[in-house]
Amino acid sequence: MQPILEMRGITKTFPGVKALTDVNLSVMPAEIHAVVGENGAGKSTLMKVLSGVYPHGTYDGQIFFEGVERKFATIKDSEDTGVIIIHQELALVPLLSIAENIFLGHETATRGVIDWFEAFKRTQGLLKKVGLKEHPNTLITNIGTGKQQLVEIAKALNKSVKLLILDEPTSSLNETDSNALLTLLQEFKSQGISSVLITHKLNEVMKVADRITVIRDGRTVDTLDVTTGEVNEDRIIKAMVGRELTDRYPPRHAKVLDTIFEVKNWNVFHPLHAERQMIKNVSFEVKKGEVVGIAGLMGAGRTELAMSIFGGAYGQKITGEVRLHGKAIDVSTIPKAMDAGLAYATEDRKTFGLVLIDHIKHNVTLANLESVSARGVIDDLHELTVANKYRKDLAIRCSGVFQTTVNLSGGNQQKVVLSKWLFSGPEVLILDEPTRGIDVGAKYEIYGIINKLAEEGKAVIVISSEMPELLGISDRIYVMNDGRFVAEMPSKEATQEKIMRAIMKSWES
Amino acid sequence: MSDVTTAQDRPDMVRFIKANIRDYALLLSLLAIMIFFQFTTGGTLFKPVNMTNLILQNSYIVIMALGMLLIIVAGHIDLSVGSVSGFVGAVAAVMMVNWKLDPLTTSVACLALGAVIGGAQGYFVAYYKIPAFIVTLAGMLVFKGLALTVLGGASVGPFPPSFQLLSSGFIPDVFGISGFNLLALVIGAIVTGVIVFFNFKERRNQQEHGLAEEPDVIFYGRNLLVAVAFLGFAILMASYKGLPNVLVVMFALIALFVFITTRTTFGRRVYAMGGNEKAAKLSGIDTERMTFMIFVIMGALAALAGLIFAARLNVATPKAGLGFELEVIAACFIGGAAVTGGVGKIIGAVIGAFIIGVMNNGMSILGVGIDWQQVIKGAVLMLAVFLDVYYKNKG
Repeated sequence: MQPILEMRGITKTFPGVKALTDVNLSVMPAEIHAVVGENGAGKSTLMKVLSGVYPHGTYDGQIFFEGVERKFATIKDSEDTGVIIIHQELALVPLLSIAENIFLGHETATRGVIDWFEAFKRTQGLLKKVGLKEHPNTLITNIGTGKQQLVEIAKALNKSVKLLILDEPTSSLNETDSNALLTLLQEFKSQGISSVLITHKLNEVMKVADRITVIRDGRTVDTLDVTTGEVNEDRIIKAMVGRELTDRYPPRHAKVLDTIFEVKNWNVFHPLHAERQMIKNVSFEVKKGEVVGIAGLMGAGRTELAMSIFGGAYGQKITGEVRLHGKAIDVSTIPKAMDAGLAYATEDRKTFGLVLIDHIKHNVTLANLESVSARGVIDDLHELTVANKYRKDLAIRCSGVFQTTVNLSGGNQQKVVLSKWLFSGPEVLILDEPTRGIDVGAKYEIYGIINKLAEEGKAVIVISSEMPELLGISDRIYVMNDGRFVAEMPSKEATQEKIMRAIMKSWES
Repeated sequence: MSDVTTAQDRPDMVRFIKANIRDYALLLSLLAIMIFFQFTTGGTLFKPVNMTNLILQNSYIVIMALGMLLIIVAGHIDLSVGSVSGFVGAVAAVMMVNWKLDPLTTSVACLALGAVIGGAQGYFVAYYKIPAFIVTLAGMLVFKGLALTVLGGASVGPFPPSFQLLSSGFIPDVFGISGFNLLALVIGAIVTGVIVFFNFKERRNQQEHGLAEEPDVIFYGRNLLVAVAFLGFAILMASYKGLPNVLVVMFALIALFVFITTRTTFGRRVYAMGGNEKAAKLSGIDTERMTFMIFVIMGALAALAGLIFAARLNVATPKAGLGFELEVIAACFIGGAAVTGGVGKIIGAVIGAFIIGVMNNGMSILGVGIDWQQVIKGAVLMLAVFLDVYYKNKG
C-alpha cells in the first residue's frame, strides 16, 4: 500500500541552529501515527514544514502527499490539499460562536452576505460528527478546553480533511475528554482519515497509535510498529532520550548545608478559571548551597509554581506556607518576596525579563535602584560601576554597558537578567529555563554562574525542560507533572529514563 | 600624524550626530521656524514685547506638557487636562470673587483640587486597568460640564490684583536703571553660568571614566549656543519689563522635571514601566502606584495651568481650557515621545511646545486665519511623527 504522506530527508536550518536533519516520516492511509520526542526535539518544526508555515524553499527535502510531490507555499495550500493542523494553542476567537468560528474565513456567503441558516445547519452536522452536544450559537469562551478542541476538529472536518495533525491535543484535557478525543481519532481512522498525533503521553500512544516515529535532536531515530506487540513504553523512552552525556557541565564544588528554604502545601488556582487548580499541594525544600532542579514536561506547572511563590505573580486563591531560615515569610506581593530574599529570573526574558528598548546599565539596576541612590536620587557613577562589575563578572559580551539590550544575543540577554537578580542580593534564586534558546558555549558559562552562586551559599532552584541539563547541574531533582510533585531523587541516582517513567506513571494513576 | 586623528575623529563625529540626530533636529527645527517668522513678520517676532507675550501665552501649555510627558512615557494619555484646567480656573474665580477668599489660600486649595482630580482618574487607570483614554475622555466631559455649572454659565471676574500678578507680574528690579532691567540680565547670566558649569562638570566626569562620546566641537558648540540663546533672551527680556513671574515658575518646573526624569528612581521607574510593564512589575516595581502618582502630578500641573490662564485673562470663562489637551499632547509627540511608551524627554516636550507656540504667535502676527493655523499645525505634527517613524525604520 502506498503511504498517504511521505516526508523525505527534511532538513531545516535556522540562523545558527540546525533544527531538523534528514528527517523522514511516512504515514499510511487510515493510520494513527504518533510522533514522540523530548521538548525541543523538532516535532513542532517538522509539522510547520509540513503545513506550509515554513514555505517550500526554506527547507531541504521533499514532501509527497497522495503520491504527488507538494510544494506548499502557505498554510492555505496545505489545507486545500487536505492536510490540517490543530495547534497546541487553539486558534479560536473566544467571543464568537461555535458556528462563526467553524466558518471563519470560509463563510457560507453569497456576495459577502452570510447565509446563517446554512451555516447553522452545517455546524449542527459537524458537531454531531465530533460528538459535541452544544448549540452552534454558544460562544467559544463559554465552553471548556476539551470542547474547544472538538470545535477545532469540526472546523477541520468542514475543510474536508484527509490528514489531521494534532499537536499535544490532550495536554490540557482531563481524563474523560482525552479518552473521548482518542476515540474520535479511531472513528476517523475507520472512515479512512489518517492522523498524526504529537504527544508526550506514551500511554495514549500505546492505546491508539499504529506506528510511532521517534525524533531526537532533530533526527529520526526510530520508527516502531505498535501492532507487532514488541513495543512497550520503556522501549520508546530509551529511543527518546538515548543521547550520550558528554562533558558539558563545569565541575561543582558547592557544599550543601542546612535547609534554608521551604515551601509547604502550596496550592494555586488558574488566574481566570477559578475552579481550575494549577498547583496541587506542592511541598519542597532547598538547602544552603544546593542546586535543586525541577523537571517536567511543558505545561506541568513549573513556571506557575515559581511565579506564584514569587509574590503571587501568577494565579489566585494561593494557599500554603513559605519559610526562610525556619521563619515564615510574607510573599504576597513581589516587593515583599524580594525583600524577604527571593529572586525569580523568568523563562521569557524578552516579555518579562528586560526593558528591551533600554540599555544594559538601566536593566541591571532596575530591581534594586535603592542601593545606587540616596533619597530617591540616582548616583550615576555608582550605577555605572555596578553595571561594569557585572559586565566583567558575568562576561557579558557587548560594546559597553550603554548598549541597548534588544541588540544582545540570547545568552548575553540572559546574563543581563541574571545580573539584575544577583544585584538584588537574594538568598533564594529561582531560575526558569535559564538556558532556553542560547548556544552551547553560553550555556556552559551560565552553568558556571549557577555553580558559583551555590558556592556562595545561595539556594538555587532551576526549572528546565532539558533533562540532561538538570542531571548535570543540580544536586537533587523534583519531578513535576500536572501541578503535582510526583517524584524526588538525588541527581546521582537520577536518569532520564527514571524521570520520564515517573511522569508517565503519574498520568496513569 | 594629523591625518590619522582626523580619520578617526570624522567617523566618530558622524556616528555621534547620527545617534543623536533626533535631539538636534528638534532644536534646529525650532530655530529655523523662529528665523522664518522673524523674517516674514519683519522682525516683530524677536521684539522684547512679543517675546514676553510668547512666554506668557505658552506657559500653561509648557507646564502641562511636563506632566503629559510622564504620562505618555508611562504608556498612557490624558485627554482631560484642558477641561480640568478650565474647571480649576472656574473654582478659583468663585472662591476669590464670590467667597472673597485670599489668593494664596485659593491657589493652594486649587492645586490640591487638581491633584485630587488627577488621583481620581489615575485610580481607575491604575487599579481597575481601565484604559486612560476612556477614563480621561469621561473626565474631559465631566469637568467641562462642571466648569459651566460652577460659573453658572457666565464669566466670573475680575480677580484681586495680587492674584493677577501670577500672570502679569514681573520680578521687580533692584537696580533701578530706567528702561533696562539689570536684574533680568544678572539672573540670565547666573542661570547660563550654572547650566554651562554643570555641562562641563558632567563632561569631566565622563572623561574620567572614558565615557565622553560627544566630540569636542559639538560639545563646545552646544554650550556656546546655549549661552548665546540664554543671554540673548535675557537681554531681550531686560529691555522690556524684565522677567515675568510665570517664566520663573515655568523654568523652575522644567528644571525639576528634567531632574526627576533623568536622576531619580521615580523617573527611572516610569521609563521602565513604559518600556516593559511586565518586566518592571516582576522587578518589584509597584506599577499601579506609579501610574496613580503620575496622574496626581498631571492633575496638579493642570490646576496650576488653569490658575495661570485665569490670572492672565483676569476672568474665568466657561470656555477656558478648551482644546488645550490637544496642544499639550501634540507638544509631547512633536518632542519625540513614543505612543508605545518608554521613550521621550522633558526638553523634547518643552521644545515641542515652543514650536507650536512660535507658530501660533508668528501666524497670528502674519494674520493667518484660525482655520489655516489649525491645518498647518496639524500638518507639522504629522510631519514630525512621520519623520520619527521613517528614520527609526530606516536606521
